[in-house]
Amino acid sequence: MKKKISVSTALFGLAMFSQAAIAAGSLNVVCSAEQSWCDLMTTEFEKQTGIDVAMVRKSTGETLAQVRAESENPKTDIWWGGTGDPHLIAASEGLTQPSGVDTSDLLGWAVNMSNISEGRTVGIYAGALGIAYNSELIKEKNLEAPACWKDLTDVSYAGEIQVANPNSSGTAYTELATFVQLFGEEEAISLLTEIGKNVNQYTKSGSAPSKAAARGETSISIGFMHDMVKLASSGFPLEIVAPCEGTGYEVGAVSIIEGAKNLESAKKWVEFSLDPAVQSRSVEVKAFQVPSNSKATVAPESPGLSSIKLIDYDFATYGSSETRQRLLARWDTDVKNAEKN
Amino acid sequence: MKKTAGLWVFVGLISLFLLPWYSVEKGLFSFNWLSTFTSLDHAPAATLALRHGHWWLIPPVLVFIAALAIILASNQNKLAKRLVWVGSIGLIWISVQAFLIKGQVGLGVGALVVLASSLYLLTTGLTGIRNVRGDAFINGMIGTIVALVAVFVFFPIAQVLSNAFELKTGGYGTSGFVSTFFSPRIWGLECLTGEGYCGPAVNSVFLAVMTGVGTTLLGLSFALIATRTGFRAKKLLRVLTVLPIITPPFVIGLALILLFGRAGVVTEWAEFLFGLEKSRWLYGFWGVYVAQLLSFTPIAFLIMIGVVEGVSPSMEEASLTMHANKWQTFIHVSLPLMRPGLANAFLLGFIESLADFGNPLVLGGNFGVLSTEIYFAIVGAVSDSGKAAVLGIALLFLTVSSFLIQRWWLGNKSYATVTGKGDSGQHSGLNNVLKWTCYSVSIPWAIFTAVVYSMIVFGSFVTLWGYDHSFTLQHYASAFSLDFTDGITWTGSAWDSYFSTLKIASIAAPLTALVGLSTAYLLVRQKFAGKNLFEFGTMLSFAIPGTVVGISYIVAFNVPPIELTGTGVILIIAFVFRNMPVGVRGGIAAMSQLDKSLDEASLTLGANSFTTIKRVILPLLGPAILAALIYSFVRAITSVSAVIFLVSARHNMATSFIVGRVENGEFGIAIAYSAVLIITMLLAILLLQLIVGSRKLRRKTRILNDYVPSQSQKKVVT
Repeated sequence: MKKKISVSTALFGLAMFSQAAIAAGSLNVVCSAEQSWCDLMTTEFEKQTGIDVAMVRKSTGETLAQVRAESENPKTDIWWGGTGDPHLIAASEGLTQPSGVDTSDLLGWAVNMSNISEGRTVGIYAGALGIAYNSELIKEKNLEAPACWKDLTDVSYAGEIQVANPNSSGTAYTELATFVQLFGEEEAISLLTEIGKNVNQYTKSGSAPSKAAARGETSISIGFMHDMVKLASSGFPLEIVAPCEGTGYEVGAVSIIEGAKNLESAKKWVEFSLDPAVQSRSVEVKAFQVPSNSKATVAPESPGLSSIKLIDYDFATYGSSETRQRLLARWDTDVKNAEKN
Repeated sequence: MKKTAGLWVFVGLISLFLLPWYSVEKGLFSFNWLSTFTSLDHAPAATLALRHGHWWLIPPVLVFIAALAIILASNQNKLAKRLVWVGSIGLIWISVQAFLIKGQVGLGVGALVVLASSLYLLTTGLTGIRNVRGDAFINGMIGTIVALVAVFVFFPIAQVLSNAFELKTGGYGTSGFVSTFFSPRIWGLECLTGEGYCGPAVNSVFLAVMTGVGTTLLGLSFALIATRTGFRAKKLLRVLTVLPIITPPFVIGLALILLFGRAGVVTEWAEFLFGLEKSRWLYGFWGVYVAQLLSFTPIAFLIMIGVVEGVSPSMEEASLTMHANKWQTFIHVSLPLMRPGLANAFLLGFIESLADFGNPLVLGGNFGVLSTEIYFAIVGAVSDSGKAAVLGIALLFLTVSSFLIQRWWLGNKSYATVTGKGDSGQHSGLNNVLKWTCYSVSIPWAIFTAVVYSMIVFGSFVTLWGYDHSFTLQHYASAFSLDFTDGITWTGSAWDSYFSTLKIASIAAPLTALVGLSTAYLLVRQKFAGKNLFEFGTMLSFAIPGTVVGISYIVAFNVPPIELTGTGVILIIAFVFRNMPVGVRGGIAAMSQLDKSLDEASLTLGANSFTTIKRVILPLLGPAILAALIYSFVRAITSVSAVIFLVSARHNMATSFIVGRVENGEFGIAIAYSAVLIITMLLAILLLQLIVGSRKLRRKTRILNDYVPSQSQKKVVT
C-alpha cells in the first residue's frame, strides 16, 4: 500500500511542479544566433522595456522543427536570429505573422526579406559566403592560396578542402545556390563535382569546416565570412578570401510566431532588434555580421558587403522548397556520388 | 480488499470534490486556486459538472459514488468483479472525454488523482478474481507501470512513428513506407565491395556490435580486476571507469580530435618520431568506435561488477574441489553464471551505440549512422519527418532483434547464486594467464582514459584550446563568476542552467530508480499475462534515439489533455522513461541471482510482498539501486539529443548550453563548464555511495590467495 501511495505522491509532485510559462509583461524568445549575442540582446531588452524575457538558444533547424510541432499551441513568441531560409519557410507555412514594423531605415536586402514574406520576417543582419585557409598549413604544404571559387578545383588541394553537406546545413545550401546563380546550373554542378574530388569531408554543420581549418584539421574551408573573422580574431591563423567571381550571402532574420501569447511585447522586440543603437552593439560579442539598419555602425573587422562582389541573390526562387528539393537531389546524385568513385 | 478499495474510493471522492480538475496556470504551489475555488479554471470536477455545465464530468462522480455503494453492499465474491467494472469505466471515461471534448485545458491534479484511484480500484478488483496471481500490492504496481509506460512511452512514440505511414498524397498507407524502408539508401552494402558507402543502418549495426562486444569485454575485465585480484589501485580504477559516463557529450570527441586529429598532439609526435604521415583516420568508423568504447565501457563495468561479485563461491569451490583448475573453473562455472550480466551488458552497449548521437556527430566524418541521419532528417535543410520516422523504425527493428536474440541466448536457465545458504565467501582467484590478460587490457585503457581526461582539464585552462596554450582562468570566470558587493549575485552565464540541471536531475534520479527497479522486480519475480510485451515496452524509449523522443514529446504533450511543454516536468518525465531501462536491466541482472527461496521463506513466515521487498530484496540490491540512481542522475545531466527540443527558456539545461558554445566554437567555456559538471557529478556519486552503502552478501569477502597451495583448498572445504 505504502508504495502505491508513494507513486501517486510522486505524480502529485510532478503536477505541482508544472506551471505554465506565461505571465503579464513577459516574452518567450528562441534565439538562433550565438549564445553571447542572445544574452546581450536579452539583458538589454529587459533593461529598456522592463519586460521579463525568457530566452533559449536553439539552431534554426531545431527551432523550425519545434515551431512546427508546437503550431497548435505555441509556447514561443519571438524567433530571433539565424539564417533567413528557415524563417522564410516558416513564413510560407503560416507559422509566423506580420509584425507591421517600420522598415524605412533598413538596407535593401532586409526590406527584400520582408517583401518576400509579406512582412512575416525582417532582415536583421547579413553575411557573405567566402573561403578561408589556414596560413600555416598552406605554407607547410607549399600550396598556393586560393583566390577564386574555380581555384578550388586545382588537384594540388586534394583532400584539403572541407565544406558542409547542403542536405543538413543551410550554409552549404547557400553555397550550392550561389554557384547555380553565378555559373548556371550545369556548370555549377560540374564545378562542385570537381571541387568534391578535393573535399575530405562533407560536415553536417555549416560552421564546422572553418573551425576545422582554424585548428589545422583541414587546410581550406568554405563558409560564412563573419564566422571566419570571429575565429581569426580569437587568434587562429586563418586567412579569409572573398572569391573573385563574386559570392552569395545569407540574411539573418527575426519573426513573430503565429499565435504568440505576448504579441505586444513581441512587436516591441522586433522594433528593438532593428534599432541602430542596438544593432551597433553586436561587435561587443564578436558578431561581425553587417547590421540591417543603415544608421547602425559597421565593425571595422566586418567583411563589408560593399567591398565584396555580391551577386543579386534570389531568395524567393532559391528559398522555395521546390527548387531546394530539385537542387539537393542533383547534388546527391551528381556531386556526392561522384566523390565516392 | 474492502479496506484497500475503500481507501481509494475515499481518495477519489476527495479529489472529485476538492482538488482542481484542470491544471492550474500558476502552478499548484501558488495555492491561488484555494481562494478562487469555484471559478471555471480552479474548480474540482463536481463543481464543474454542477455549476459550469461540464456534463461529461458527471459520470466520474457517479462512478465513485457507485464504487462506495458496491463496497458497502457487495459480498466478497461479487465485490472483485464489480470493482473491476467500476475502475475500468472510470479510467476509460476520463481518458476518452479528455481527448474527445475539445476546448478543455490540460488535466490537473484532481484528474490525475481520480485516474490513479480508478486504476487502483481496477487492480484491487483484479486481485480478488481467482485466476489472477499476486496480491493487491503487486497488481497495483503492475497497473501503475503499465499505465505510465503507455502514456509516456507508447503514446508519444506512436504519434511520431505514424508519420512513416503518411502518404505524400495525403492519408495513410504502407506503399511509401515499404519503398523507403527497404531502399538501399538505408541498407546498402557498397562499402563491402569497396565501391562507396554502406547504408546508415548497416553502419549502425556494425558499429553497435563492435561496441557491444568491446564494452562487455572491457567491463568484464575491469570487474574481474576489481573483485578477483589483489590489484592495489582498485579505487583509482573505479574512478577512472566512472569518469566517461559523467562526461557531457562532445567533450570526449573534442579531446580525441586534439589527441589524434590531423593536427593532434599524438599525430604530430608520430610524424616527428616515426615519420608517419598525418592522416584523418579519426573521422569515420574508428573515431566513433574509440569514443563509444570510452563512453560506454563504464556502464558494462557497473553491470558486470554486481554480477561478478554475486557468483556464489560455493560453486567455484565445488569445482576446485573436484580438481578442476582455476581456468576450467572460470570457463565452465563462473563465466556461465555471469551470462545474464554479459548479455545485459552487451545489450546495453549495443543499444547505447545505436542511439548515440554526440560522438558520431563530432567524429563520424562520412560514416553515417541512423541516429545522426534521423536528427538531420528532422532539423536539416530539408525537413522530412516521414523519412525520420522510417529511419526511427529501422532503428527500433534493430533494437527489438537484439533484444530477442539476447532472450534466446539466456534461455530458461537459472542463474541464482545468492541463495542465503552459508558459504565461505572466498571467490576463486584468477589463473595467471587470465589475470595478466585482464591487466594488460585494462591498465592501458585506464591510462588512455586518464590521458583523455587530462586533456579536458588542460583545455579548460588555456586561452585557445589546440592553438594558444597560455594559462587563463577567463573561461571559469565568465561561466561561474560571483558578485559579492550586494550579498551574493550569481553573475556567471552558466549559473541558471547549472541550477536547473541539478534540480531536475535530482528529482528524476530517484524516480527513475523507483520505476526501473519496480519493473525489474515484476519481470523477474512475478508472472502475469503480456509480460514479454511489457518488458519490451520498457526498453522502447531507450532504443529510440533521443531526437525522436524529444520531438514525440513535444507533439504529444504540447496540447491538452496532457500539457507539459515549457515546464520542468516534461524534462523529468523524459529522463525517467528514457533512463528507466538501465534500472530495469541492472535490476534484472542482480535479481536473477537472488534465489527465489529467499522470497518464499519470507512469504512463508507471513510477510506480504511489500515487506519481502523492503526487508529481503532491497538490501540485497544495493549495487543495482546505486547503479540506477547514479546512472539516471548522470544521464539527466549529460544527455543532449532528447533535451534539445524540450528545454525551454525557463528550464534550460547544461548540455544545451554547452552544445550552443561548442557550435559557436567557444570550446574553452564549454569545457570549463563540463569540468565543473564532472566534479559535481563525482561528488554526487560519492554522496550516493555513502547513502546507499554496499550490500553484505557474506560475513567476509575474500579472494582465494594466488599463492595458497592445494591444501588450503581442502581446508576451505572442511
